[in-house]
Formats: sequence, structure tokens, C-alpha cells
Amino acid sequence: MTAALFLEQLLNGLQLGMTLFLMSAGLTLVFGVMGLINLAHGSLYMIGAFCCATITTMTGSFLLGLLAGFVGAAIAGLIIEVVVIRKLYDRDHLDQVLATFALILIISEGTSWIFGSSPLYLSIPSWLSGSIPLSFEEDSNSSYPIYRLVIIAIGLIIAYSLYLLITKTRLGMRIRAGESDREMIAALGVNIRVIYSLIFALGAALAGLAGSLVSTLYSVEVGMGEPVLILALVVIVIGGIGSVKGALVASILVGLVDTLGRVFLPNILALFIDNSQVATLSASLASVLVYILMAVILAIRPQGLFPANA
Amino acid sequence: MLNSTHQKGFKEKALNLIILGLIFVTALVTYWLDQGYYVNLVSRVVIFAIAGVGLNLALGYGGMVSLGHAAFFGIGGYIAGISAMHFSENTSFIAGLDSTNQMLTIWLFVIIICALLALFIGLISLRTSGVYFIMITLSFAQMVYYFAISWPDYGGEDGLLISSRNQFLGNDTDNELVFFLICFTVLLLTVFLSSRIIRSRFGTALQVARMNDVRLATVGIRPYPIKLTAFVISAVITGIAGALFADLNRFVSPDMLSWQMSGEIIIFILLGGVGRLSGPILGATLFVLLETFIGGYTEHWKLFLGLVLLIVVLYANGGLMKMVVGEKQHD
Repeated sequence: MTAALFLEQLLNGLQLGMTLFLMSAGLTLVFGVMGLINLAHGSLYMIGAFCCATITTMTGSFLLGLLAGFVGAAIAGLIIEVVVIRKLYDRDHLDQVLATFALILIISEGTSWIFGSSPLYLSIPSWLSGSIPLSFEEDSNSSYPIYRLVIIAIGLIIAYSLYLLITKTRLGMRIRAGESDREMIAALGVNIRVIYSLIFALGAALAGLAGSLVSTLYSVEVGMGEPVLILALVVIVIGGIGSVKGALVASILVGLVDTLGRVFLPNILALFIDNSQVATLSASLASVLVYILMAVILAIRPQGLFPANA
Repeated sequence: MLNSTHQKGFKEKALNLIILGLIFVTALVTYWLDQGYYVNLVSRVVIFAIAGVGLNLALGYGGMVSLGHAAFFGIGGYIAGISAMHFSENTSFIAGLDSTNQMLTIWLFVIIICALLALFIGLISLRTSGVYFIMITLSFAQMVYYFAISWPDYGGEDGLLISSRNQFLGNDTDNELVFFLICFTVLLLTVFLSSRIIRSRFGTALQVARMNDVRLATVGIRPYPIKLTAFVISAVITGIAGALFADLNRFVSPDMLSWQMSGEIIIFILLGGVGRLSGPILGATLFVLLETFIGGYTEHWKLFLGLVLLIVVLYANGGLMKMVVGEKQHD
């Protein structure tokens, strides 16, 4: 195990964390402000990836593809909000879970109807496909792809912009007001429904951006959103539902624990147990590590790390 | 007012009996017509209904929206599958236990293991409520799911074939009708059990816990142990359904543990009617009908399931039971 390998995995973990943050930021805002649990957020991620793949293939420009993923998911989010989600704000969590579960079924099957069941593949555009060395030693050939660094950078930029949006702008002030007292801000003459739609579309756009960004790393296919959605749910539970800051911290935590766990857990376990089963055991353990992390954190702090409405 | 409530209660009881009777008759008739495929479909309905009745106890009566009951369903299935595998290979379990292919012994295992797991999951999850509870139960089920996928001894991602069904005493479980009768008996027992439970002091406390935790605590009953007990019973029933499901299909796979499965068990309840005794039975019937008949036309039948589900949630809250019987007696 070299320092370069460790650094490489650290960056991989950070990249996963940033993808998760883009997903969970919208999820946590929607819950914090509207009190809605949206399982169909993973479908918006998928819609973003499909838009990006289609437009990139058509125009040859990945930047246009990214834009299409962002805008496409935002439009899809807006439609979903107006047609379905709006009716769910006053319902209990069971109805919200079921209605958004129904949306997953509809969107997934609809997508596979249109695009077929074979996955789409995108390659990283040439101007982003290089890599930079991670080690200064002469004989070392370890390097890190620039593209993943770009994802990390975009994630950080979005996090900072969200921070500015929420703390420094009028819209952000209204979002925060909506978080603490919905009726009051409506009584003060703010059109709360428009704000709800905006927040939902913003969350959808960020999910779409996340889907577009990873569309060159993984295959674009129906069902790609759900594993990410579940990790994002873990993230917002750990971070404290409704808190964007919590989502950022928890995203990075979950990204690092998941990535580093998968790589280094076998080595660590091998120190203690000398057994042929260790590979199996560590693979199983590594895949559930984030859930164990969540269970432990919740056992200590049932409201998550940064409870929003404390 | 009192009279009409009474009538509704009577109507619902009559409906419960009619539904069970119809299922029984359908299985008999299709068997008599030599349509083994349809007998198995009815068994599928019955097994889904058992799972739904189990979850309904926690979700409908106890207000605990568990999005993780697939864990119990799948573990029940895996216990049946693993037993069958060891029995056919004539090998023993991990702990040196003799393997068996007797359903009754296997169910005993399912009950013990699902109860212990549900106790553990419930102890942690019930410290929270609302959305947190939904997500924690989901996460625990995901843990079991990923564990099953990464554990190659028992099929990993590919699942586990059951070369021959487990046996019920001396009966030929490969006969469709015999297998149906086993499932149907279990369904009757679980429906009877849950109707007894919800009418008991415990059941009353459970329903009050759903409506108002504080009120229950005020009369001197702690909600936490009540909810935990209901969660465990609910998990055990769902686990038995899983064991039957594995034997029905002669196959277990991580799909039984997936979160879509958890969602589907909730769908059975919702389509039929939340917190109604035979809600899950009606819901499971509708689900299997959609799956079979629309699934026969297009592989994208879940699109239509989604639309039906969405319409029921948005516009027909209360499911089929409410359409037929009307409002619940009280809530």
C-alpha cells in the first residue's frame, strides 16, 4: 500500500461524495422546506443522464450534453411537481412514499420503452480525458484522471453557490423562512407555491447534473438512479434531514467510508483473521459499511449530525 | 349512526369471508380443470397476501411505515432455499446442524431468525419516527440485500435454485393443490391471528400508539415495547410468506430482498386498503391480475401498475376496501 494508492482512493471517495452531494442537496431541501420524501429523485438523476447521453451523441458536444442533463431534469422536475408532487405536501409519509414509488415505476418503464433496455455509453471528451501524476517518484506510474477532479471541483462550486443562494439572496431567505414556518411566510404574501416549484426544480436540476457528470464513468441505463438514491437517503439521514451543510459533510463521509472501505477493509481484516473466507467476509462487510455507519450515528444522534429544525 | 357503523362492520366481515371463499374456489376449479399454472398463480396471490397481512400489522395498525420488510421476506426465502440445498447435498448447516427439508422445522427457524433480526432492527429504528423510520428500515434491508449479493456460497447475485420443494410432513408438495392448501391454511391462520391481535388489549394499545403516542403514555402504557412487539410479529409473518414464496418458485434470489420488493408489499396493502383485515388480500389479487394480464401484453406492465398506484394514492385513498365497504369504522 503506497501513499499514491491511498491518495488515489481518497480522491475517488471525494468524487463519489460530490456526486452524492449533488443528489442529496435537492432531496434534503425538498424535505426540509416542503416536508416531502421524494423517492423519485433517482429517476431525475436517470433523466439527466439520458438527456446528456442523447444530446452529446447528437451534437458531439459534451458541454451541451451537460446543459441538457441539467435543464432536462429541471423541466422534468417541474412537470412532476405541478402534476403530482404538489398534491402530496399535505399527505402523510406513506402516501408520499407510495406516490413517488409509483413515479419511479412510471418513469423507469417509460424510459425503457423509449430507449430500449440496452445501456448507452459515453466516453470522456478528449479535452478532459488526460490524467495528472500523483507521485513525484521517477519510477512511479500512478496518475489520476482529470475528469474525476473536475467532478470534485464542480461539486465544491455547487456547494459554495448553494451556500450563497441560501444565506445571501432574497430567494434563500424565503427558503429558510419556508423551512421554519410555512404558514407564516404564506401569510406574509409570499407565493409559497412558486417557491416550492423552484426548489423542486432546482433539486431536480442538481440530480440531473449529477447523472450527466457520471454518464461518462458508468453506463447510462434504466435503474441507474436507485442505488444512488438509496445512498443519498443514507446521506441525508446522517447529515440531518433538511440541512444542506449536513448533506455536504455526510456526502463526503459516506463517499470516503464506502470507497476506502472497499479497498482497504480486506487488508485490515487480513491482519486479524487468517482465513480463506476473509475475502468473502470483507467484501460483504465493505458493501454494508455505510449502513453500519448510519446505524451507529443514529443510535447516538437520532436526528442526524446537523438537525435542521432543532 | 351506531346502526350504520354496525352494518359496515358486518359488511366488512362478510366481505372478508367472501374474498377468502373466492380464492379457495378459484384454486379448486382451476385444479379441477387441470390448469396447474393458474393454481400456482392463486398460491402466489395467497403468499403475497400473507406478506401483506404481516406488514399491515406494523404499517396499517401500528403506523410504522417500514420500507424494509423485504429483508424478512427474503430471509424467509433464503432459509427455505439454503435448507433445501443442504438437504439435497446431504451436508450440514454452518453450526453443524443437521439439514432438513421439513417445512415445519424450517418455519421454526424462520420465526426465530426473523424475530431476532426484527428485534434488533426495531430496537434501533423505533428510536426514531416518521421519515427517519422509513429510511432506517430501508437501509437495514439494503444491508441484508448487499450481504446476500456478495456471499457466493449461496448463489450471490444469481440466487439459489431449489432442486425439490421442501416437504410438509408426508404430503406431496409438488402437487399444485397440496401446495396451495398449505399456503391457504397459513393465510387463514395469519388472518385469524391478526384479527385476534387487533381486538386484544395489546392491539388497542397499538392502534392508539399510531394515533397518539402521548395519549397512550398518559394512561400508563409505554408505546415503545408495544410497537416493537408488533414489528416483530409483523416481520415473522412476512418471513413465513418468504419461505413459502421460495418453495413456490423453487428459487431464491436477492430480488426477494430488494427495496422494490418492500415497495411491492406496501402496494398490496395500499391497493386493498390500509389497516383493513382483508385489504392486503384484495390488493395482492389486483397486483397479480395486473402482472399476469397486462404483463401478457407488454413487458412494461409496471408502467400501468405505477399509474394505477398513483391514481389510488391521489384520488382513491383507502383502496378497494373503501370502495366496496366504505369508510373504516373509526380512526
